[in-house]
Amino acid sequence: MNAALGLLVQALHLALILAIAPLLTGFVRKVRARLLRRKGAPVLQPYRDLARLLRKEVVLAENASWLFRVTPYLIFSATWAAAALVPTFAAGLPFSWLADLIAIVALLGSARFFLALAGMDVGTSFGGIGASREVMIAALAEPAMLVIVFTLALIAGATQLSTVAAFMSSSEVGLRVSLGMALIALVIVAIAENGRIPVDNPDTHLELTMVHEAMVLEYSGRHLAMIEYASALKLLLYMSLIGCVFVPWGLAAPGAGLEAYAIGLAAYLGKLAVGGVLLAVFETAIAKMRVFRVPDFLGAALMLALLGTLLLFVTRTR
Amino acid sequence: MDSLVLDIAHLLAGGLVLASFMMLYQDRLNALLNVFALHAAILALAVAWQAYIQNAPHLYLTAGIALVFKALVIPLALYRIVRQLGIHREVETVVGIGPTMLAGMALVALSLVLMLRVTPGADYIAREDLAFALSVILLGLLMMVTRRNAVSQVVGFMSLENGLVLAATGARGMPLVVEISVAFSILIAFIVIGVFLFRIRERFDTVDVGALDRFRGDRG
Amino acid sequence: MISPLHLLVANAAALLALAAIAIGLGRSRLGATLTYGGTLAVSILTAMIAAWALLGPASVPALLRLPLGLPWLGVNFRLDTLAAFFLLVIGIGCSASSLHALGYGRHETSPERVLPFFPAFLAGMTLVVLADDAFTFLIAWEFMSLASWALVLAHHHDEESQRAGFIYLVMASAGTLCLLLAFGLLAGPGGAYGFDAIRAADHGALATGLVLVLVLIGAGSKAGIVPLHVWLPLAHPAAPSHVSALMSGVMTKVAIYGFVRVVFDLLGGLEWWVSVIVLVLGAATALLGILHALMESDLKRVLAYSTIENVGIIFVSLGLALAFRANGMSEAAALAFTAALFHVLNHSVFKSLLFFGAGAILAATGERNMERLGGLIHRMPVVSAAFLVGCVSVAALPPFNGFASEWLVFQAILLSPDLAQWNLKLLVPAVGGVLALAAALSAACFVRAFGISFLGRPRSPAAERAVDANRHSLSTMIGLAALCLLAGLLPGLVIDGIAPVSQALIGDSMPAQSRIAWLSIAPIAQSRSSYNGLLLFLFIAVSASLAAYVIHRVASREARRGPAWGCGFPVVPAAQYSADSFAQPIRRVFGSVLLRARERVNMPAPGELRPAFFRVELHDFVWEKLYAPIERAISFGADNLNRLQFLTIRQYLSLVFVLLVVLLLALAL
Repeated sequence: MNAALGLLVQALHLALILAIAPLLTGFVRKVRARLLRRKGAPVLQPYRDLARLLRKEVVLAENASWLFRVTPYLIFSATWAAAALVPTFAAGLPFSWLADLIAIVALLGSARFFLALAGMDVGTSFGGIGASREVMIAALAEPAMLVIVFTLALIAGATQLSTVAAFMSSSEVGLRVSLGMALIALVIVAIAENGRIPVDNPDTHLELTMVHEAMVLEYSGRHLAMIEYASALKLLLYMSLIGCVFVPWGLAAPGAGLEAYAIGLAAYLGKLAVGGVLLAVFETAIAKMRVFRVPDFLGAALMLALLGTLLLFVTRTR
Repeated sequence: MDSLVLDIAHLLAGGLVLASFMMLYQDRLNALLNVFALHAAILALAVAWQAYIQNAPHLYLTAGIALVFKALVIPLALYRIVRQLGIHREVETVVGIGPTMLAGMALVALSLVLMLRVTPGADYIAREDLAFALSVILLGLLMMVTRRNAVSQVVGFMSLENGLVLAATGARGMPLVVEISVAFSILIAFIVIGVFLFRIRERFDTVDVGALDRFRGDRG
Repeated sequence: MISPLHLLVANAAALLALAAIAIGLGRSRLGATLTYGGTLAVSILTAMIAAWALLGPASVPALLRLPLGLPWLGVNFRLDTLAAFFLLVIGIGCSASSLHALGYGRHETSPERVLPFFPAFLAGMTLVVLADDAFTFLIAWEFMSLASWALVLAHHHDEESQRAGFIYLVMASAGTLCLLLAFGLLAGPGGAYGFDAIRAADHGALATGLVLVLVLIGAGSKAGIVPLHVWLPLAHPAAPSHVSALMSGVMTKVAIYGFVRVVFDLLGGLEWWVSVIVLVLGAATALLGILHALMESDLKRVLAYSTIENVGIIFVSLGLALAFRANGMSEAAALAFTAALFHVLNHSVFKSLLFFGAGAILAATGERNMERLGGLIHRMPVVSAAFLVGCVSVAALPPFNGFASEWLVFQAILLSPDLAQWNLKLLVPAVGGVLALAAALSAACFVRAFGISFLGRPRSPAAERAVDANRHSLSTMIGLAALCLLAGLLPGLVIDGIAPVSQALIGDSMPAQSRIAWLSIAPIAQSRSSYNGLLLFLFIAVSASLAAYVIHRVASREARRGPAWGCGFPVVPAAQYSADSFAQPIRRVFGSVLLRARERVNMPAPGELRPAFFRVELHDFVWEKLYAPIERAISFGADNLNRLQFLTIRQYLSLVFVLLVVLLLALAL
């Protein structure tokens, strides 16, 4: 009975993240537009975009290989799997034991690996420029992310997100400067990984600055839809990650009752809304930086995370 | 309750180290001055909190001095200098930010190891404060070493002094006289350096201290 | 009763006999088939016996003494679980290499320079692992070195091969000398050269320190530890590809075996500071190796540099095991040690696969330079798919095997706060950061390697005419790719297989993994961290195919081919991103400091008709600061000693006379 309920909630969770990922993207876009005093596209526009792209035919470049055609689906499902491993409204779901935070980061790494390859498949300079910049950014973002994981693991004694979330919502945590540093570093990494301003601009096609859009320039139709969906899922993943580690309140414990799930769901949606607004405000307040300034930005995240780890050792052991 | 009190002290002291790192990251003078003001404000908060913990009212005065002079007066004066010298858009590229921060990280690790080695029996909060303070001092020195612009060297010096104050408040029972005299010596140092900046500028048309090297006599 | 040990020694003897036969067969057509067929059969047998000795009920350790060599010592062999594990790695690597060579060997221009040495090389590696006394070990080690040196010189007409062979010979001799001295110190003045005597003896602190340094130089130079790695990227690519695979995939592992045997087994309890040296060297090796790999455009050298990176990862986790063991944390030590051995296995599999792929490209196009490849995915579909699997594995991405072992290394790193020493506590997270950086850079490196060689459009006529490899090579590559996937999906089985080894050397092993539900792996406890490659893989595979099916069914299924968008410029192959331009961002970020990379642009003035030039300068500071001075000192000394050749007889006589007097004086005083 309990196992069946767990699986049911798990299925709900899988469907939920699939359902609300485009909503979050649309919401952030809308808030940004309002902040710029534009009216902006409706919040539901990403769904319409996806539906439109799915119906359209695919135009493949002449020498695109099988890799180019398979990659969108691989990226989509790898990102979906990674996003499903992050607790959203409930912790300790059956699926969440499949991988810890390190494996989640690595799964996103797999998705990026294939996307970068797909960017190089057609053999135009656009794809190459995007792929080479993407791997440069990843080469800095991934170590930063892993050191953040170290900090969290040293505090919570685990890399399993459900355990971390449970520890973070207990009274044992306290205020720690290391946690603050980890949070700042994680936000920087999340911005870089999702290609948001100031690292990359998801709305531009200006070749001097773009990274992600350059890689996917040759994609169209259903393939593009899958990739856009994966980007939306990735944004949702990082929001959920920050939510479940740093503001874990409201997360339903394993095997909790229905009302706990309802509270968890409401809290989760609230967290997403707050996170979306904050992201939009941040993006409107800051200017895009030059590509070769990005390493400093990400290097700062790496240093912050390392500093957080080091400072943990002087705090009292509980 | 008690643990929360200590946590906040820890947070503020750690915040000071973080602010020192943020200063290393800045390459524009105005941004640097902003962070410096933040640095001093965090120091004031940390000192005030120590005053509350240690129940030492004279430390409130120290905090007040830090807030008024270091977080407001000196940064504002430096803004003025920077504007008058017309170097507010100057970008510093002496040593890259990445290597500097890496070196800073190594310095923090060094000071942690040192403090943990030297003070095994000490009170936890004093020990931690000392470790953080030493990090701030070393980072201030690093800033002075890696920057070329005289204004940022001044800022590095001031942040170093903030570290000293943090160390002093952590070590309980520092007399008020010492603190006040330190604060005033810093102020005087600041005035002297400010005057010097203008003199350097008049002579050499720049505040890049690298330019001074060319005028040294002992270079054959 | 015939024990596994007898069979393994007989295998080695059979390999030596094959080498002798191969000398006789020489250039004949039958030679290649017979030699490689023989090594294939023997290697498969070795792998099976080793697996049986490791996992089966056989009584290990077994001893065998042959009345050869030094009369009072004999030649001693011993098969324990550590040896069995490394023999398994050797067996897998060698059988793959032999099978590949059955097809690939036909492209060989001078088979008589390869065939006799190949079985000898295999025999040397087997005997190193089986040796149970210092003499046998050193002789086998030197045999292995010389056989591989001869294989490096198979194409001795290339100037590059000659240089590689020379540097390799110098480094290998220096390495063996260090090992010789190390064993001399271990044996002590009594001359107890048997491993059991060394194990039982009590070595002083000074001797232990010296032995450690000497073994790090001796075994480390063979494995490719920075700064002793300089020969490796020259020698490994110079050999024929199936030998490159063996040298990179297997011989470096034999070197690691040597290190493990001496440091973990013979020396016994070590102080914690030893681990600091190993950790720092390992981290530096990993980072520098992969950075060099990223700057290189010769495909086989990219792979050789990536070998250096992986050796660094293995040394980091061995260092962790040493640190944990010195602190009495046996569970954590077992975790780190298991991670190291797991990575040994993984690296030997995927690096062999990648070298076979590079060999297939070399055979099909005659090119090793990535800048002249491209578009091979259309012309070599099977090779490219297998190579892709190798790339994903070496980039440590789930669900393949490279990730499983690196994940274990990271789990071991996360246990570092429990260490007693502050220096280690602070050092290990930094090493972890470097390791993560190396992993991310290795993903970048293999995006570049695969993307430039296989994707895009052909950059040379040779790449345009390429065809898929022969069936022997293909089946080898497919088999190895399957192994990569299997070890990635079922890491629990491999961990349990390593358990006896770590039990024997560390005194503890990781908790049994195969009993955990759904074949997850959990190094300490499931609530702390767990990973399940199998279910993740199934989820991704099922959801991806489901998504594709549903979309094709419900939404759209049309596809049309059209020209690629080139911003209004014609899309020509030369306009593609090249390997150099792909590495540019990373070169600027990391290379400007670590490799002192400088870019020089020589742009003609407007209206001038000469072409523009772009040049990149890289400096290998290890070579410039360490080896170049040594080289200069040696040639200076040699120049001066040269004068001794032109003395008169009277001067020679007086030299001898002076020496005699000096010796007598030394005796008298």
